[in-house]
Parts: sequence; C-alpha cells; structure tokens
Amino acid sequence: MTKSILFAGVGGQGILLSSKLLTAALIASGYDVKMSEVHGMAQRGGSVTTQVRFGEKVHSPIIGKGDADVLVAFEPMEAARWLDHLKPGGRIILNTGKIPSSVILSGDKDYPEGIEEYLAEHTDLLSIDAQAMAVELGNAKAMNVILLGALAKSLALEDVDWTALIRSEVRPAFYELNEKAFQMGFDL
Amino acid sequence: MKYLMSGNEAVARALYEAGVTFASAYPGTPSTEILESLVPYHEDMYVEWAPNEKVALEAAVGASMAGFRAVAAMKHVGLNVAADPLMTVSYTGVNGGLVIVSADDPGMHSSQNEQDNRLYARLAKIPCVEISGAREAAAAIKEAYQISESFDTPVLFRMTTRVCHSKELVEEGERVAFDPITYEKHPTKFIAAPANARKRRPLVEERVQKLVAYSETSALNTIEDNGASVGVIASGVSVHYAKEVFDEKANYLTIGLTYPLPMEKIRSFVQSVETCYVIEELEPFIEEQIRLAGIDVIGKEKIPTMGELNVDILREALFGETPTYQQAPEEFLVARPPILCSGCPHRGFFYEAKKFRDMIVTGDIGCYTLGATPPLQVSDSVVCMGASISMAHGVYASMAKNGEKKRVMAVIGDSTFLHSGMTSLLNSVYNKTPTINVILDNRITAMTGHQENPGTGYNILGEPAAEVDFEKVVRALGIEKVLTINPLKLGSVREAIKECLAFDEGPSVIITRWPCALKRYSDQDHQEFNLRLPKSQVIEDLCRGCRNCVRTGCPSIRFNKETKKASVDEITCVGCGVCRESCPFDAIVEGELR
Ligand SMILES: Cc1ncc(C[n+]2csc(CCOP(=O)(O)OP(=O)(O)O)c2C)c(N)n1
Repeated sequence: MTKSILFAGVGGQGILLSSKLLTAALIASGYDVKMSEVHGMAQRGGSVTTQVRFGEKVHSPIIGKGDADVLVAFEPMEAARWLDHLKPGGRIILNTGKIPSSVILSGDKDYPEGIEEYLAEHTDLLSIDAQAMAVELGNAKAMNVILLGALAKSLALEDVDWTALIRSEVRPAFYELNEKAFQMGFDL
Repeated sequence: MKYLMSGNEAVARALYEAGVTFASAYPGTPSTEILESLVPYHEDMYVEWAPNEKVALEAAVGASMAGFRAVAAMKHVGLNVAADPLMTVSYTGVNGGLVIVSADDPGMHSSQNEQDNRLYARLAKIPCVEISGAREAAAAIKEAYQISESFDTPVLFRMTTRVCHSKELVEEGERVAFDPITYEKHPTKFIAAPANARKRRPLVEERVQKLVAYSETSALNTIEDNGASVGVIASGVSVHYAKEVFDEKANYLTIGLTYPLPMEKIRSFVQSVETCYVIEELEPFIEEQIRLAGIDVIGKEKIPTMGELNVDILREALFGETPTYQQAPEEFLVARPPILCSGCPHRGFFYEAKKFRDMIVTGDIGCYTLGATPPLQVSDSVVCMGASISMAHGVYASMAKNGEKKRVMAVIGDSTFLHSGMTSLLNSVYNKTPTINVILDNRITAMTGHQENPGTGYNILGEPAAEVDFEKVVRALGIEKVLTINPLKLGSVREAIKECLAFDEGPSVIITRWPCALKRYSDQDHQEFNLRLPKSQVIEDLCRGCRNCVRTGCPSIRFNKETKKASVDEITCVGCGVCRESCPFDAIVEGELR
C-alpha cells in the first residue's frame, strides 16, 4: 500500500527541510519514495506544498483528493485549504500559529475563526503551538523540525537514526537546536 | 550509489555522464535547476547562463558544429524564442550530439501558457524523447545523444513540471568522455543558404523515415505485458498516473520516443488487447498520429486536453469514479496570493507610479508582474518577455495616429530587458515614440530563484564577469533621457516620472537600481548600497488610520480594523522605508538597525 504525506504551508516556513528529512528517513527504512515540490510564483508569500508518497512501489508522485494519510499543516488556513486532499477522518498535524495573507493584513478580510475547532471535530487532529515551542528553544525557525518529530511518532518509523539524518541536512551550529526540536515534537 | 534526485537533477547528472562538454541555458521554471545542477561538474564541462534561449541554443549549435556534445535547456516558452535556430539546425544536422531540453508546464504552475512542445518536434521533423521520471533520465539522455549522432539530428528532450520537480531514487553512473570530432569545413551542411538548404531538405525526410524504423526497436519504447485485455499507451508522467489507476490490470506501452512513433509496434499492441487507451497530457499528440494510421484507440474524447492530468482526473474521465473527500467550509478558504516580498525594491516604484493615473502601463514577466495585482494594480498587460517595451511603442504610435496623445509607460526587469528588451527599445528610438521605459534593476534574476545575469557582474559559477552598464547600453541605442534612481525614495520616483512625462522628443528610460531583498548580496552590493537599514515602527498615537502604508502592499504591515491603526512586523521588516515615506503624518519612524 502506498502512503501519502502532504506538507502544506506558506513560503519561507521551512516545509522543504521537513519533507526532505522525512524522505531520507523513509529511504533509510527501505521504502520506495517519491517527493514532489512546487516552485515559482508560490514562493512569493503564496501557499506551498510538498508531497511525499512511499510504499513498496510508488507510481504517481502527486497526491489526489482524499488520498493523504497525514496532512502536516504549518498554518491553520492552509490546513483548511488542503483538507480535501486528506483521507476522510485522516490525521492532521497542525501548527496553530497563524499567518495572515495579504488580504487579511490589509484589513479587507478577517482571519477565519474556528478552523482548529472544525478540524478537531472532523479529523484526527494533533494541534501543536510549534511556533511558541520553537521560540522557547531559542529559534522560531525550528518549528518545522518540531512538526517533523510529531510526524515521525505518528508514522512509527522505528529504526531510523534521526539524529544522523538531521546532522546530514543542517549546519553544525544548528545540530543541538534541531535535535531538541525533533525530540520535543516526538514526545508530544 | 542511489540518490534522491529531481528530474532536473537527474538530467543534469545524465548530461555529465554522457560526456557533454557544452551547456547553455536561460533560466525558466520548471527547467532552471538543470543548469544549476551542472555547476559542480564545471571542471569537466563548460556551463553558462545565456541572455536568452535563442542565444543559448545557437551557442550549443556552435559547440556541436565544433565537434562536441552540447545541450541547451529552457522552459517551454523559451523554445518559441529559440524556434528560429531550431527549425534550421534540423536541416544542417550536427557534428557532436545536440540535445535541446524543453520543460513544459501543463497546468501553468508558473507560466503564461501551456503549449505542448512535442508539436515542435513534428514541425522541425526532429526526434522527441520523453521521460516519466528522474530514474529514466540517464538512459534516455545517453540514448538521445546516440540518436543525435547516428541520425545527424538535434533531439528535443521534453519534460514537464512534475517530471522536473518530482524526486525519486536514482542510480549514479560514471562519466564517459566523448571524443570530439575533429573540425572540418563542411559548407553544404552548415551553410543553410537556399541552394544548400534545398539539398538538405530531402535528407530531413529520409531521416524521419530512418527514425521511424529505429523507433520500432528503440529501447525508449517499452512494453509491460500483464496478460490483460486492456492496453494503455502513455508517455511522460502520465505513465505513472495510468499505473496507479490500472495497476496490473492493463498492459502498458510506454512511449519514450514520442516522435516519430513506432507505429507497427503500436498496431500490434493495440491488436493484442480489447480496449486501448492513449493517456497523455495536453495535446493528443500521440493519439492523432495513431488515428492517422487507422488504428482505433480511446483518448481525448474522454481525457482533458487542458491542464495537468492526475489519478483523480483519469479515474473520473475513464470510469466516472470520483474520490471521497471532505472539504472545509468556504469561509475558511481566504486567498493567499503571491505578493511582492517585504523590502522588495519594485514596491516603491509601483506605489508611486500608481498616482499617475492617466497612463497606459505595459508590463512584463518577472516578480514585478505582481505590480499588476492588488493593491498596486499599475500594469495593464503581460504577454511575453520583452513585450512591455514593444507594446508600449505600438500603443503610443497607433493612438497618436488616431489623434490621441496618451502617455505610455513600459516596465521591465533587468534580466528581461537583457533577454529581449533591447531590440524593442531600439524600435522605440528608431521610430521615435515618446514612451517611458522603466528598467527595474534589482541586480538579479529574482523570479526564477536568483540567477546571475549579464547585468549582475557574476557568471553562473559565481565568478566575476563583465557587467552591463544599463545606462550606457540605452544611450548607445539612442536614448537621450536616462535617469537612474533609487526606487526606495518615493520622491525621486515621482520626479523621474514627471521629468520623463515632460520630455516628448523620443523614448526615455528610468533605471531603478536597488538589490532584491532576498538576494545573497555580493561584496559589490555591500559597497554600492547601504544595506543595514533601520526597520520601521509605527507610533500609534500619530497613526490616523489613513491606510496609505497598507496600499504599498507590504506583507510586514498589518492594519487593525478595530483600533484603525497600522503596525509593522519587526521580524520581517527589511527597513526599506517605503512605508515611512508613504505616511503623510510621519507616524512611521526609523527603529533598530536591521
Ligand atoms: C521566454 C521566457 N524565458 C524564461 C521565462 C521565465 N522567467 C519568468 S520571469 C524571469 C526572470 C525575470 O527576471 P527579471 O527581469 O530580472 O525580474 P525580477 O524577477 O528579478 O523582478 C524568467 C527567466 C519566461 N517567462 N519566458
């Protein structure tokens, strides 16, 4: 069976690192993996996704509607936007920190109320204030690795040396930060 | 060793392994990373950014004529720019193998159209190779060079966004050096003057016939026989979508050489099954050829010709099946459109230009295309690279002929101006239209991910390179009025536009010069620009809620509807100061240094 993980968020949130580390872990676990990214206009503050599919033999690199086993949403509005790609009742790992889009910043629209409550009711939701946790660790950017930790736990990838993987992707100055962040997410 | 590689990375690796000596490209999503991924191999091969795709292809043709394996890579619309050399290099043929990579963008993720460039292969009568993913790149690229040299033809290597940007595990091989062919003059081959071209013309037809025969046995076209009664003929990423839909309940004919097709192989494949589908994105390119050969298949009467395909679309089109999924309530789905970044130097220019309401503004392609979207909404058009300047000329000349003296302004980025804006500007000078032409020089090719260009002073390897002096270039073209300004200073933007409006003896040029806020600054940038700027802060008591700063469209500014006050996010503010200048009440002041 092919499993699908969808990462959704906003340009600049570090989605790519999380999906890269997950992909490396899946490869280390012996799976066939495909990962698909969106480039271009999306990076200018727009909504971004990366898609990871794994299994014995993966065909399509992209995730269809109602197809994702887990949606890792880096932002609540993006969780809502990509909900149609999640299996009915599937797992969402949500960073609760809100990033208002331009029409909200300008006061033309309001940030929608009640997304988290809605998701809690209709999906298997794990809400994490990863932004605040990362700030506590000393670097707001580590949010992506906290979410990865939570995802790793959900997927029960047992025999993965996450420390080694993290070290292969980040600079030495950030080893400790990211290892702590991963553990924090994993222990939730 | 196997590595996780995108289609682009895998193609780059394959080019290296195939012994390619010369690689040239102009960036363009989704093709850009091909050349970027060749940089690590620069000791074994020559790698460059060209100013546009035509130049890149012609340079590659030169390298091929000189006896080396060469490649030119581009996005689909780039091949329109390079179509002129393409059509004739089909006649001249090659010496060293020549591969032209075209990265198409079904679904228009980051393009202005979704043309299917396989049609160029048929138009130019050259072979077209397609892959379904990164894993196939090495074999396909190597075979493409074999074809190029054996059949004396350039080869079109067509990819699509999903192939370019999807990653899978790829086995690396070793580089096999290509022995260059000793250069000899060969006038009847390489001088495509009419007398020679007429002689080469029949050879092109013969070549297609030979390629048809080759196609029948080519390893690029593969059959997977699952003993099923359903057959699927597919190419590119559609192969994977089809396999997800049918799994082992179909036999597959995967077409890797989509032009010319192995028609006998197709005929017997179709005969071996009860029902046969042709599954391809965009045009019925394979399907039409099959039907022309009198073979009955099911294709575009069910499968859309527009946009990308995916598994859901196929299931619905072929079996009327729709997936079950949940959808969030409409009110949660507030749009998140792309916007100019915090500190983007284009913002100040557009904010001020918007005040000159009685102008027609022709736009162009790059980050500054966002100058056409709310809240800036300055540009009236975007067509293709370079069109801003030529369209402005056409707008002015036609209206003037009709007695309307409307002022027209063109806005174009630095990379785009060097790509194809210079000849357009020459037209405005030569035919004397008083258009205002604005070169938004943010010191980099930003939209496609920050590539160097002839205006930045560095080459693709990051080595110092000759740097275009925009002011000198436009003066040499015959522009008399040239103003170079800092776009963060709204007053100088305003004055420059006014000064150009007052000048009507011919076209004028405004060059806005400030580096992109996301650029990795060079030493030269640090010397030229003061980049440690004070961040902006709102003094709440002074803010009267006029929203001028909001209208700059800066993502670091937030407006609170209850308190009717603006605020600046100190984490993301870059300190460009445009909001400070936009504030009529001096309520936004300088804070800490960035
Ligand atoms: C013929 C063609 N080639 C390439 C592209 C891809 N492309 C879109 S914008 C752009 C770069 C624009 O750079 P620049 O003009 O410097 O503007 P910036 O994005 O830096 O503001 C490129 C290469 C294209 N759209 N058309």
